[in-house]
Amino acid sequence: MMVLVAIFFAAPVVLTVILSFTDMDYSFQWNFVGLMNFEDLANDYLIPKILVNTLIYTFSTLTLFNVGTALLLSLLTTSISDRLGDFFRSLWMLPRLTPSVVYGLLWLWIFDPTKYGFINNIRAFLGLPPQDWLHTSPMLMVVIANGFIGASMGMLVFTAAIKAIPVDYFRAAMIDGASWFTIVRRITLPLIKWQILFVTAYQTLSLLTSYEYILIITDGGPVFRTEVLALYTYHTAFSNFQFGYGATLSLILVGLGVVAALIYLKLFGFEALMSKPRIEVD
Amino acid sequence: MSKSSSSYRLTFFQRNSQKIAQAVIITILVLITLPIIVGYVWLIVRSFSEDIVHGFIPTKLTLKNWRFLWQEMKGYPNIWQTTLNTFLLALGVMAIEIAITSMGGYVLSRYDFPGRSAMLKFILVLHAFPAISLMVAIFYVLWNIGLLDKLWGIILLKASLEIPWGSWIMKGFYDGIPWELEWAGLVDGYGRMKVWAKIMLPLVKPGMAVTAIFAFLSGWSEFIFVYTFIFSQKTWTLSRYVMGIIGDYRFADYGLLAAVGLFYVIPSIIFFFFVSKYMIKLTIGGVKG
Repeated sequence: MMVLVAIFFAAPVVLTVILSFTDMDYSFQWNFVGLMNFEDLANDYLIPKILVNTLIYTFSTLTLFNVGTALLLSLLTTSISDRLGDFFRSLWMLPRLTPSVVYGLLWLWIFDPTKYGFINNIRAFLGLPPQDWLHTSPMLMVVIANGFIGASMGMLVFTAAIKAIPVDYFRAAMIDGASWFTIVRRITLPLIKWQILFVTAYQTLSLLTSYEYILIITDGGPVFRTEVLALYTYHTAFSNFQFGYGATLSLILVGLGVVAALIYLKLFGFEALMSKPRIEVD
Repeated sequence: MSKSSSSYRLTFFQRNSQKIAQAVIITILVLITLPIIVGYVWLIVRSFSEDIVHGFIPTKLTLKNWRFLWQEMKGYPNIWQTTLNTFLLALGVMAIEIAITSMGGYVLSRYDFPGRSAMLKFILVLHAFPAISLMVAIFYVLWNIGLLDKLWGIILLKASLEIPWGSWIMKGFYDGIPWELEWAGLVDGYGRMKVWAKIMLPLVKPGMAVTAIFAFLSGWSEFIFVYTFIFSQKTWTLSRYVMGIIGDYRFADYGLLAAVGLFYVIPSIIFFFFVSKYMIKLTIGGVKG
């Protein structure tokens, strides 16, 4: 296990740092160029646009789906019978188990610019002309497609937390005549605020560094309108074969990862999970 | 008397408030789940029809969309070779992960070695860490050890990225086994290895099954590593194949796209029925209550 972790984790981290000082391409020549990549980074005219994209993408997916929809789903599915609730929660897990290309295909069809696409099909039914979603609102496509996968993690965490709340609280509130909204606002939400914080922190990092579905659905286009930092890194390295500059961009992601990991450890001290084993024979 | 009782009569909405609230909630849930349902229903219906109108109504049923199964698509590798590769990848990841995590989970759960708590934290951090940000360096490593463009490279890479989390899940299953069983084994003269093999392993079979299924599915679905690190068509897996088909036939032949997509997603859906129950009960560790 440690060998594999060393080969595929430790070595790559070190390599990424070293590579960022070279201008390596697909010929794999080590050619140290000092800080050139970092100067390029400072002068890259695409970077401001990409950072803005990354922020919009991360923030809207996070609030609308990974926390927003997740919260809504967990509140609603815990308000109905367990069987039905489980049924809806299972449905939301389906995208997570679907191969990403097939999942991407579903959204490509839903947003298809011709009359064959699902939304345009409905628009045609209402007498509206087909719309080219890729050009009118590519970011929205990407956010929605990612959101329908991302929401399920928060949903599970929040559901578990809501189910752990003693049912007496809800009964007491109901006897006092509290409405569903009052119960949610005054009892449920305050009691699961830790979980909300945890999911927010966790998903922020995973959104900042994810690009698989964007690659499949828009590939960053049209004209960099959905190009986020992680995808730009990927394109630099594997479409333009600038491994050196790609590694430099990766360093930003690695840095984000390290910072986030430190925040997790600080914020959510995992001590409770670390209870010691109870055999002292060896 | 009758007057006062009539003034307290509940309206229709008050009498059925519970049921109405339930109906409203279920309606909202159906509406927000609709895109998921629509997508999968379309995938199935479209793959068997010439064309569909008004959303889901097939004009004519056909098997033409499935032609890729019996005739080779121009410019694409044989589908069965590709499927076999995908299976090998999935099984390889599964075998390695099960072999390592069934032991790793036990050690993490039951041994008090120096640095245990540091290691547990390290594993959680590894899981959170975006391995995807290391793609450039991994490319170099794979090239260096001669595993670029090889299925083995993807298997080892994928397995090593999955192992930390797999060990953590297995640890959870071991944690659930009472210590008394293990003590009993030790008192009866078993060594630690024998306790693990004869007592613990049979008891964590459900955990191994769950870990195996997740490992299989993650290998089966792998896209980005195959897309980036595999070049020869004979080593393609289904994700690369489907991606190619999407690029070439997207506006021309949605029937073919749906059929290929459905073909690829079938194992995932079958396993989904096995693990969904487990998944929705899976709680994520490290949450302060």
